[in-house]
Amino acid sequence: MNAATTIVIVLCLAALGYVAGRLRANRVAGNVASSLHSRSGYYGAFVAIFTALPSLFVLAAWLIVSPMVINSQVFDSLPREIQALPDTDHALQMGKINSIAQGLEQLTPQDEARLKSGAVDMRSLLGEKGVAIAGEVEDYMPAAARKLSAMHSASGLYRTFVIILLAAVGLMWSWIQIKPRMRARNSVEAVIIAGLMLASSIAILTTVGIVLSMVSETYRFFTSVPPLEFFFGTVWDPRFAAAGAEDSAGQFGLIPLLAGTLYIAFVAMLVAVPIGLYAAIYMSEYAGQRLRSVVKPLLEVLAGIPTIVYGFFALTTVGPFLRDISAQIHGLAFGEVSSFIQAQSVLTAGLVMGIMLIPFVSSLSDDIITAVPQAMRDGSLGLGATHSETIRRVIFPAALPGIVGALLLTASRAIGETMIVVLAAGVAARLSLNPFEPMTTVTVKIVNQLTGDLEFTSPQTLVAFALGITLFVITLCLNFYALYIVRKYREAYE
Amino acid sequence: MNMMSEAAVEAAVGAKTTAQPPIKMQGRLVNVSYGDNQALFDVDLDVRLHQVTALIGPSGCGKSTFLRCLNRMNDTIEGCRVKGSITLDGADIYDPSIDVVELRANVGMVFQKPNPFPKTIYENVAYGPRIHGLATGKAEMDEIVETSLRKAGLFEEVKDRLHTAGTGLSGGQQQRLCIARAIAVSPEVILMDEPCSALDPIATAKVEELIDELRVNYTIVIVTHSMQQAARVSQRTAMFHLGRLVEEGATDKMFTNPDDQRTQDYITGRYG
Repeated sequence: MNAATTIVIVLCLAALGYVAGRLRANRVAGNVASSLHSRSGYYGAFVAIFTALPSLFVLAAWLIVSPMVINSQVFDSLPREIQALPDTDHALQMGKINSIAQGLEQLTPQDEARLKSGAVDMRSLLGEKGVAIAGEVEDYMPAAARKLSAMHSASGLYRTFVIILLAAVGLMWSWIQIKPRMRARNSVEAVIIAGLMLASSIAILTTVGIVLSMVSETYRFFTSVPPLEFFFGTVWDPRFAAAGAEDSAGQFGLIPLLAGTLYIAFVAMLVAVPIGLYAAIYMSEYAGQRLRSVVKPLLEVLAGIPTIVYGFFALTTVGPFLRDISAQIHGLAFGEVSSFIQAQSVLTAGLVMGIMLIPFVSSLSDDIITAVPQAMRDGSLGLGATHSETIRRVIFPAALPGIVGALLLTASRAIGETMIVVLAAGVAARLSLNPFEPMTTVTVKIVNQLTGDLEFTSPQTLVAFALGITLFVITLCLNFYALYIVRKYREAYE
Repeated sequence: MNMMSEAAVEAAVGAKTTAQPPIKMQGRLVNVSYGDNQALFDVDLDVRLHQVTALIGPSGCGKSTFLRCLNRMNDTIEGCRVKGSITLDGADIYDPSIDVVELRANVGMVFQKPNPFPKTIYENVAYGPRIHGLATGKAEMDEIVETSLRKAGLFEEVKDRLHTAGTGLSGGQQQRLCIARAIAVSPEVILMDEPCSALDPIATAKVEELIDELRVNYTIVIVTHSMQQAARVSQRTAMFHLGRLVEEGATDKMFTNPDDQRTQDYITGRYG
């Protein structure tokens, strides 16, 4: 019986347990609801939980552990010279055996007879059944495959038996537990809390998993390129083409990329912060209710535009516009028309990214400014301060820590942005202070290094993980700092 | 600048014992509505110089609304409309020629919940004078701050920590800080909206004592839910009910022999 059927059976038992639990609760209460500690539904839920949860838990564990156990046992039964092969070959052999085992299960007695008579070999026979075997079938494999197959079916049988038994025992046990003063409600509550905790821990564990997956690759990268060269190198030149040549390692200097990232983010913040903040102040302090209800959603629509669309905007509109206007200015100033702003430049990317960030700044700051208690405004206005004095001297200082937190969150978004930069600032890794020239960022280079047909062993690709983890650490620090400030801000008044 | 000379104070206090002191603020046919809800109906009320006028009445009767009309704090509420006339020293405060900012500097306000700014004690008091340019140098500002805190009876308690956060004070101290803040801009009238409702009895007693002292220099209008407080601190009392002024008169008379049955019922605790 497969796992899905088992799950259905367990759930049916749980449903049965719910009904049985309710009925028993009503019966032990003598149909006087007030003599029960909890309402009868809670007793039903209590029984259902004890029926389903432990058995499903064991089922999940079984599904994870049993293939591992079986595989290792089959592997131990393989000939010694196979076991002596390197690790990568082990996986290959086990993969083959697994496919053969799968194919064998589909064979009819006639097929078996043909195989035995030698009329057909194993590989082509399985091929007929639609199971492709990668490489020749070695002599020891059918035996191992049969062993694997047998262990799997035995495991399946035991599993079904154990799971359903466990569900039944859980049902019986919890059903017997039901007494009028039993606190079923509290137990159900505990299970709900556990479920909520599980949900939040999944989010955290995923983050940890992401970091760990990068750490091992990064470590491999640093075995071929020294960290000092990576973190303090000023030349980015991974040299794809020269693979296999004498100095194929290339140069992996982080500095030009980091500088480009921070420079573009800086220009973007220079655009987004004043515009976003003033917009937020207008929205929260001056705009009437009706205007606010129209304009605020409109502003937030900006946040919903995919960044690649901003990239188009930069590529086809802003970039050429800046180039042309710089040519005009140059013409007016020196009488010779030549553009000093290139179409792809730090300025273009920064401008467009800044536009993208405006709604983040304004929306977050708006919420923070609105959260400043009305009493602060009243207090200041009541002393004869004007509206703008009140904002400048009372509301803004009170909201400042929160706003700084919001800005840091926005900055970490700017640092992680990719698509706008690819289209607006180009992919040339250069170290320059001139905002009118192309530069590139860490994220763009990550995409660059990982696009195409690549093997995951060369430093040219592994560097992407080192870049990724560097970026992750930077944005993580920014976010932590932002959260710290926001938390501090919460204590400011009260 | 708005402070009265010593002699004028004497004269004013002396005048009170003989005849009614002059009218400081006057409301005539004041109607206020928030959107479609009318909160005040045809209120006529006089506020007299150097007296404490208490506004009493059950919750939602419009007393706070009237108070907030006196320095146009209602302007900050969207959809609020005020009709009728309110004058300060004979000038209509709703006249377009009146600068609302200047008005609020003359008619200060202390709120129900102490609302010190998240700044230091010193900066809280210096806030108003700084905005209005009342001090020319640091020494002068120091003096204004000290005087205001002294008048609010807070200076001795906080003189060693003027540069710590005002929000770190106790509730009663915070409220006296807010009073000091209001005094610092030298208003003529101080409006107090249930200034003691968030305070414990000891802090309340201190603030009440303070109100009585402040009366010498300022005209005070106070909204209160406490009958005892109205009786203790005020010279005149106005009773509001359902947006109308029920009765207004000398506090002694209001509490001993009111004309209106509703006032009688309210102050004896039969409703409200």
